[in-house]
Amino acid sequence: MRAESASRRHTGTSSRLHSRDLAGEALAGLLQRPGRSVLTMLGTVLGIGGFVAIVGLSQTASGQIGSTFNRLDATQVTVADTAAGKASTPTLDFPPDADALADQINGVIAAGVWWNVPFTQAAVSSRPPADQTGQTGQSGQLGMPVIAATPGALTASGAVLQSGVLFNQFHESRDQNVAVIGADAATQLGIFDLADQPAIFIQGQPFTVVGIISGDQRIPQLNLGVSVPESTALRLWGPPQQGATAQMIIHTRLGAARVVARQAPIALRPDNPGLLTATAPVSPTQLQHSVTKSLNTLFLALAGIALLVGMIGIASTTLVAVLERVGEIGLRRALGARPVHIAAQFLAESTALGLFGGLIGASLGVVAVLAVTIYHNWTALLDPRIVLAAPAAGAVIGLLAGLYPALRAGTVEPADALRR
Amino acid sequence: MTAASAEPPVIRLSGLAYTYPGPPPVRALKTMDLVIQRGEHVAITGPSGSGKSTLLNLVGLLDRPTEGTIEIDGLDVGAAPERRRAAVRARRIGFVFQSFHLLPHRTAVENVMLAQIYADVPRRSRRGAALAALAQVGLDQRAHALPTALSGGERQRVAIARALVNHPSLLLCDEPTGNLDTATTNELSDLLAGLQQEGATLLVITHNPAVAERAQRRITIRDGHLVEQAGAALAEQDGARSAGGIC
Repeated sequence: MRAESASRRHTGTSSRLHSRDLAGEALAGLLQRPGRSVLTMLGTVLGIGGFVAIVGLSQTASGQIGSTFNRLDATQVTVADTAAGKASTPTLDFPPDADALADQINGVIAAGVWWNVPFTQAAVSSRPPADQTGQTGQSGQLGMPVIAATPGALTASGAVLQSGVLFNQFHESRDQNVAVIGADAATQLGIFDLADQPAIFIQGQPFTVVGIISGDQRIPQLNLGVSVPESTALRLWGPPQQGATAQMIIHTRLGAARVVARQAPIALRPDNPGLLTATAPVSPTQLQHSVTKSLNTLFLALAGIALLVGMIGIASTTLVAVLERVGEIGLRRALGARPVHIAAQFLAESTALGLFGGLIGASLGVVAVLAVTIYHNWTALLDPRIVLAAPAAGAVIGLLAGLYPALRAGTVEPADALRR
Repeated sequence: MTAASAEPPVIRLSGLAYTYPGPPPVRALKTMDLVIQRGEHVAITGPSGSGKSTLLNLVGLLDRPTEGTIEIDGLDVGAAPERRRAAVRARRIGFVFQSFHLLPHRTAVENVMLAQIYADVPRRSRRGAALAALAQVGLDQRAHALPTALSGGERQRVAIARALVNHPSLLLCDEPTGNLDTATTNELSDLLAGLQQEGATLLVITHNPAVAERAQRRITIRDGHLVEQAGAALAEQDGARSAGGIC
């Protein structure tokens, strides 16, 4: 015994507390009163859980709205020929191969140019004009919009084919007199069957009807009128005029609209992108975000209050523990603990309370998000960084809450403490 | 002073005094000198308020003297920084308290191991040393019992094992039998006397004459002065003698 104590005498002149021992003592301190520890954690659990659930639900909800209700808008880019609107002479600033150029942009599904051919009275008839004297407004002469469109524009518009075919690059490149008519126009013109290649006359020019479309989501005019290839329109009637300007419609992949809008003018007119203006619709996600943001702020404020209450709870419980365990503090000091060791122990206990509260809260928050998501058949969206940050935030709260009690514990006088 | 030349005394108090800060200031300990050599068993008795606890706090490095010096194992620790004083408490002093001060939620062996945390004992060797200390006080069979399941005498044995586990130079006992009945008090006195036989140095503060009688040196403290009652070969307390207090 003597020899051992002699050898030990040379080991260090300051007492120390290893981090593993610190962790062990802190954990033991918490487990001494498990019920109280759980109750103390409750505020932090609610606060952190609330934060995670609110952020997760808001992310999930805005994600759902973006992908379902406004899918059509979110995938559409319009490129306007702004220079032509200001020009005194009719112009078309889209190059002939605009469809192909636009298709090369990453994220583009289909793209095409179209404009309204501006007849004062577009005279469309299913019968040849009786004679060139022209009896406008008479038998079978109908006023309806005529649209010049590239094949890409028909595809990008989302037109649904009822019968026949859409005109294609073949018709376009040979500026053939073919037309695709809307279902309503077909009824008015009395065309129901395309088998015998019915003809219509636009301002006296004969066109073969190759297809009837029954619905169009992006260019509603197509349903009501007659669409002819862009090149044919240019040959017969020239570029768009009288205020009507050409525009390009681009169908993009989900989420690509804004990027495509930035790139389209440069891709189409690398020589002078300023002639064209591309617009992507306001992201519906953002729109939804700004609406729900005020609501979220309220809930986040409530979660913040819960967190503050949780912090006060940890602080008061730790302070009570310090007062209760004054005898233990005195004993530990007698056994060689320095004030900093005592303070560290209580700080570690409060930090552990916050950390566990944060862990449980984050788990419950994720469960809440999943429950709501499954109930609504949604896809859960939750930034993993938030889930990982939540326990850390809890630990920080516990640490802050423990500062004052730890300070008190560190200043306990061992001589007084042991007398109790 | 023959033994002192070989190695420093366990305790050397020189001109020690303590005044509780006022108002009004109370001079609890008047200038006192005391030397305790290795292997001695010293009892300090005295009425309540005589300064026993103050002396214990000063020798145990739980409080700092207002005057004079304290040397433990030849180290001047009276005015040393807290870091060094804590290290001396951890490694050179074993405390035994009247009210045991066991942690209620930990078993006997875990309570003993608490003393090893701050003394930088490697984790691997802790349990073995703690069980050995419990065996030394005859409690190896109750090593895994909680304090609530132990009798008063057994609890104090656990506390003594805790004080012994780091092989301290000094065992400092503050009313070790104050909460025990007569039979248990005798058992414990036997245990402490036995520890001295094994080479331990004991300083026991007690009210109980039966416990004090077991010590070779009995010192009475009265009005802040020390009075050596027997075997005064090694200590010098001129001031105390002049006070002439007899217990």
